[in-house]
Amino acid sequence: MITIAARRLLSMALIMLVISVLLFVFFEGDKLNLAARVLGPYSPMEGRLSWLEHNGYNRPLVTRYFSWLFGFFTGDWKTSAQFSAPVYTFLLPRLKNTAILGSCVFVLTVIISLVLGVLAGISESSRRDRTITVLSVLTTSVPEFASATFLVAIFVFWLDWLPGSSSFSNGFSWQELILPVATLVIYNFGYYTRMTRASMAEVMSSQYIRTAILKGLPYRQVIMRHALRNALIAPFTVMILQLNYLLSGVVVTEVFFAYDGYGKALYDAAMFGDVYLILAGAMIAVVVAVVSQFISDVGYTRLNPRIRFQ
Amino acid sequence: MQAPTPILECRNVSISYFTRAGEVPAVYDFSLTVNAGEAVGIVGESGCGKSTVALAIMQYMGRNGAITQGEIKFLGRDMRKMSEEELREIRGSQIAMVYQEPMASLNPAMLIRDQLIEVPMVHEGIDAKAAEARAVEMLDAVRLPDPQRILNSYPHQLSGGQQQRVVIAMALLSKPKLLLLDEPTTALDVTVEAGVVELIRELAHKTGTAMIYISHNLGLILETCDRICVMYSGQSVELGTVDEVFNHMRHPYTHGLLQTLPLPTADRFSRPLVPIRGQLPLPRERPTGCTFGPRCDYFKAGSCDQPQAMLKVQSTTSHQVRCARFETIKWLEPPKPVETKPSVETGKVVLEVKDLRKYYNLSSGFGKPKRVVKANEKIDFVAHESETVAIVGESGCGKSTVARVLMGLDTATSGEVFINGNEIAKLPVKKRPAGLIANLQLVFQNPFETLNPSHTVGAQIGRTLKKLGVAKTQDEIEQRTGELLDLVKLPREFANRKPRQLSGGQKQRIGIARAFGGKAAVVVADEPVSALDVSVQAAITGLLTDIQRQHKTTIIFISHDLSVVRYLADRVVVMYLGQVMEQGTAQQVFAPPYHPYTEALLSAVPIADTSVVKKRIVLQGELPSPITPPTGCPFHTRCPRKIGPICEQQMPPVQVLGPGHTIMCHLSRAELAKMEPVFALKGKPALIETREKK
Amino acid sequence: MTDFTLTARPSRARKLLSAIGLLRESPIAIIGLCLVLFWVLIAIFVGFLPLRDPLAQSAGDLLKPFFTPAPGGGYYWLGTDDRGRDILSRLFFGTRLVLFWSSLATIIAYSVGMLMGVTAGYRGGWWDEGLSFVGNVFLAFPQMVLFIVILSQLGPDSPAGHWLSGKGFSATWVKGVTIVLAVTFATAPQVARIVRGLVLDLKTRDYVSAAEVRGEGPLYIMLVELLPNARGPLIVDACLRLGYVTIAIAALGFLGLGLPPPDPDWGKMISEVRGFGAMAANAMIWPAIAISSLVLGLNLLADGLREIALRD
Repeated sequence: MITIAARRLLSMALIMLVISVLLFVFFEGDKLNLAARVLGPYSPMEGRLSWLEHNGYNRPLVTRYFSWLFGFFTGDWKTSAQFSAPVYTFLLPRLKNTAILGSCVFVLTVIISLVLGVLAGISESSRRDRTITVLSVLTTSVPEFASATFLVAIFVFWLDWLPGSSSFSNGFSWQELILPVATLVIYNFGYYTRMTRASMAEVMSSQYIRTAILKGLPYRQVIMRHALRNALIAPFTVMILQLNYLLSGVVVTEVFFAYDGYGKALYDAAMFGDVYLILAGAMIAVVVAVVSQFISDVGYTRLNPRIRFQ
Repeated sequence: MQAPTPILECRNVSISYFTRAGEVPAVYDFSLTVNAGEAVGIVGESGCGKSTVALAIMQYMGRNGAITQGEIKFLGRDMRKMSEEELREIRGSQIAMVYQEPMASLNPAMLIRDQLIEVPMVHEGIDAKAAEARAVEMLDAVRLPDPQRILNSYPHQLSGGQQQRVVIAMALLSKPKLLLLDEPTTALDVTVEAGVVELIRELAHKTGTAMIYISHNLGLILETCDRICVMYSGQSVELGTVDEVFNHMRHPYTHGLLQTLPLPTADRFSRPLVPIRGQLPLPRERPTGCTFGPRCDYFKAGSCDQPQAMLKVQSTTSHQVRCARFETIKWLEPPKPVETKPSVETGKVVLEVKDLRKYYNLSSGFGKPKRVVKANEKIDFVAHESETVAIVGESGCGKSTVARVLMGLDTATSGEVFINGNEIAKLPVKKRPAGLIANLQLVFQNPFETLNPSHTVGAQIGRTLKKLGVAKTQDEIEQRTGELLDLVKLPREFANRKPRQLSGGQKQRIGIARAFGGKAAVVVADEPVSALDVSVQAAITGLLTDIQRQHKTTIIFISHDLSVVRYLADRVVVMYLGQVMEQGTAQQVFAPPYHPYTEALLSAVPIADTSVVKKRIVLQGELPSPITPPTGCPFHTRCPRKIGPICEQQMPPVQVLGPGHTIMCHLSRAELAKMEPVFALKGKPALIETREKK
Repeated sequence: MTDFTLTARPSRARKLLSAIGLLRESPIAIIGLCLVLFWVLIAIFVGFLPLRDPLAQSAGDLLKPFFTPAPGGGYYWLGTDDRGRDILSRLFFGTRLVLFWSSLATIIAYSVGMLMGVTAGYRGGWWDEGLSFVGNVFLAFPQMVLFIVILSQLGPDSPAGHWLSGKGFSATWVKGVTIVLAVTFATAPQVARIVRGLVLDLKTRDYVSAAEVRGEGPLYIMLVELLPNARGPLIVDACLRLGYVTIAIAALGFLGLGLPPPDPDWGKMISEVRGFGAMAANAMIWPAIAISSLVLGLNLLADGLREIALRD
């Protein structure tokens, strides 16, 4: 176990290194434009150049990189050019917002897809199964911005039940969360439902379930005690990987509802060319991606007795 | 006095599957009666419907299957009229089942304990503690040592034999009246199988459970059952006691089946196996008359093209047969006389293996010592032109590793391999010259994976020919492909077919054609017939010997099936856990003195011949893992002739018992000489006659 | 060991008609195919349809709902957008862009991914470690960030963009190429992973050993023996992935990173009118329906193909 963790850690560090270098180099070519965006499109060239000089953007690339790297480990994540604020203080509230959104979506998705998936998988090819499958396929075909559109059209424009934007301008509000969460859950649950269904259907057609039935066990016991613990291993491990997506992949929804989340922060930063913000953001995202992958893999080995006990 | 109600009564049962393509009749007009304490065998090849019958008895045919006609009565009650709840009560407690693949039949995520105790808990309502006590008792009855360890294990932590014993224990836990066994030992090694078969027999007698034993192996049925039902293409064709069916068979299929089995009395020159011509008909293409008709040598228009009914052979016995001509057919006057083939002279040495060793390193993480698997240790043998050398052993013995090293898929750790004078032990196939590659080819075990499903058969043969340098232009390739198809007795149009359109036997023939495409001097055949039906096996082995005769090829035949080996081989090498236990000519190895392992192997093979008397030697214990082999003699953990500590501590010496005959054992010459033959014909104390070598 | 064999396998000729006839076995595949074909046909024949100019703005008819009569006769069948442009014609003309760029991106991403996957799976060793690491780098990159970074920095305004424009490529092409690049970076590693898994399983088959035993080289084995047998799951995955890529490209359009105006990009059509509140409802819904129907068609097709393959 420890060796695997160590290898993963090493791999993660390497990936972070590679990505940070790539990003650094990438945005280097754009720094003049960055200055232009900070100071405004009508600013004079000398102003931009001196801004760059003043903010340390003209130092040699390698020096800047290592200075950033050093700062990264010591907690100094530099300043965001876009907002003229330390990156650290800027990102944290964004992370919090995304965490709120993400956890609601995660919990709802897991519950819905597990329940629907199991129900569909038990009764393969039945009406119930077909309905659930069609529903799942339908919802995954509708992109987030499309379903957001429909939801907004119904609940905001037509029924006027919910607010159209979720920027928490008056502090935290449950109502503002509903539509973004709904949009994401609708788009998300279909995939995991179908995975669960496939896994469940496969287990139900396995020989050991046949053995359980031919042992004369009541159907309920066959499902709960024999089938589920085999069928849920794969879906569970895949669902953990959602976390990565929920952190930075929900940009579209965040932009649509003007929700000040992490993904939107990265989007804005990338559009702006705000190097240090992107770097910090990307590093966190990589950590989350690798850690969730690790949890998923470890979970799989621990849940699957064939691997856990050699 | 009225006869007691039979446990099971099937009357004119027909079962069909309903698919999108329509109704597929799997079984029809099947009748069988099983009385208390009786063991009935159902025998047939794949597709004959025997497993369908078993599942139908359990009333579990899946979404698509249904009994369309007839009735199945359990203890007098019609099962089709029972409710789901009644069926559920019967399953597991009154009728229990043992399956073919023990690993797949046990829940991989549940402890053995939980899987065992739930049976009596559900059916008899006892509590967990009492159930566990019962489980321990049962594990003891199936002769599994250390029951606590087994209870605390997951299925994958047990060996195949142990898993199957657990499944048997699970089936017998609630003392069922009827036990269904669907090919229970097919997935197990031969010596392990012998132990399980012995166990089943013993338990059945002890508990008085009636048994239906389904198998494709006639020998097994002979050894375990009282009565037998032979099935062909969905129908039962012969029914009776074991004595009646084996000694007084009346159906041409039964007769044909026995003729395809290599028995100790068979010999590939004077009494070659006779394959059943033709192929099993697909369910929708069954002929309207006798289903076996198209393949029957005794077919006569007028009587055989009508639907056949089961007829009683004599009014007094239970022997029935589904053949209108059963009274007129005389087995000793076949329409086509059985041909004998001239024996083959062996020539010069073609292949020489000297002190071959192949070790694999297993990665084991930080800090732990490196583990080494000694897949092959000190392998020596020699093969001549036109000779068939068989390498025999069970799983883990290293025989496939020898094949891999010979073919260059792996390189030897040390030792030498000479083929026609060229040393190749450390030469991987990438580095071998084309001529050498063409000279040494391989026939694979699994016919279903031996051909690439995406390309036509002809294209694959053609590519091989091109690569081996045998044919260069398109014309040459086409011609040679046609010749090869002729050689393996397949129509030339098959070149345009894809593998999925061929049967298992046909695919294997293509595999053989491919191997012989380059006129190889040595062909390694790795379990070429194990995955095929019995009647097809005979045809394939016959094909191999024919080709060998024509091309003077040396065949290295790798197998775990001793009866086929005994039939085919000139020389035999017996392997166990990577080492050669015994080797010599077939005569020498199959007659005493034997290595104790050879003796046990021979005794483990079921023989479908009532005139053969066999010594019963059952090995205890499991096959040790090649990763942690025993010290000293690798066989000592299971050897019934173990002498004492010397077997555990010292590697036995290689004793030479005759020209080319060696045994690796601590037993003294005197002891070895005292060994009795494993087989004898009834009434004759002497050995079975073996063919004479000119 | 099954105890029965289904119907005799008909010797199917591998012609397209028979393949389509095969699809008849699954109603889901048919529906999917119809939806996809609908848009494909639109894309091909849009020039011949009697549609208004998708770029023509009309200040007097802003954000009209569907079925509004138009000046000069006829109707705005689906209404107009915030600049008075006919939504229906914009949708239909936009189909070409959507289908062309999505397909191109998917094909290229797939090819790269397949090569990576089959090499990593079959060669193993350092090939596997190296390619997997590269794949992991791109997989760990938050996908949107990856897109945004590539598109914003390689767009027409960037040094790379200027270089390409200098060579005579229009802004649309430059954006398009960067989109393809971005999609490839994001998608190829996922495809590689799937292919690698398939190959790891396939390479244990005897026919691969048979090829090795007759001296075939790794390239031959990878391309001729392995890949064709992976085509089943890959075809299904390709359909699904085409759907994801279409969504991704539309999402980029929505975020303003897609093709430059005034080309009718479905995603952008939604984002352009978002600020207009309830009045924009009509203008937003039709593009949403369009893209949903296309992706739905692809998903249904994939599902149907999977069903058919399973029944084989």
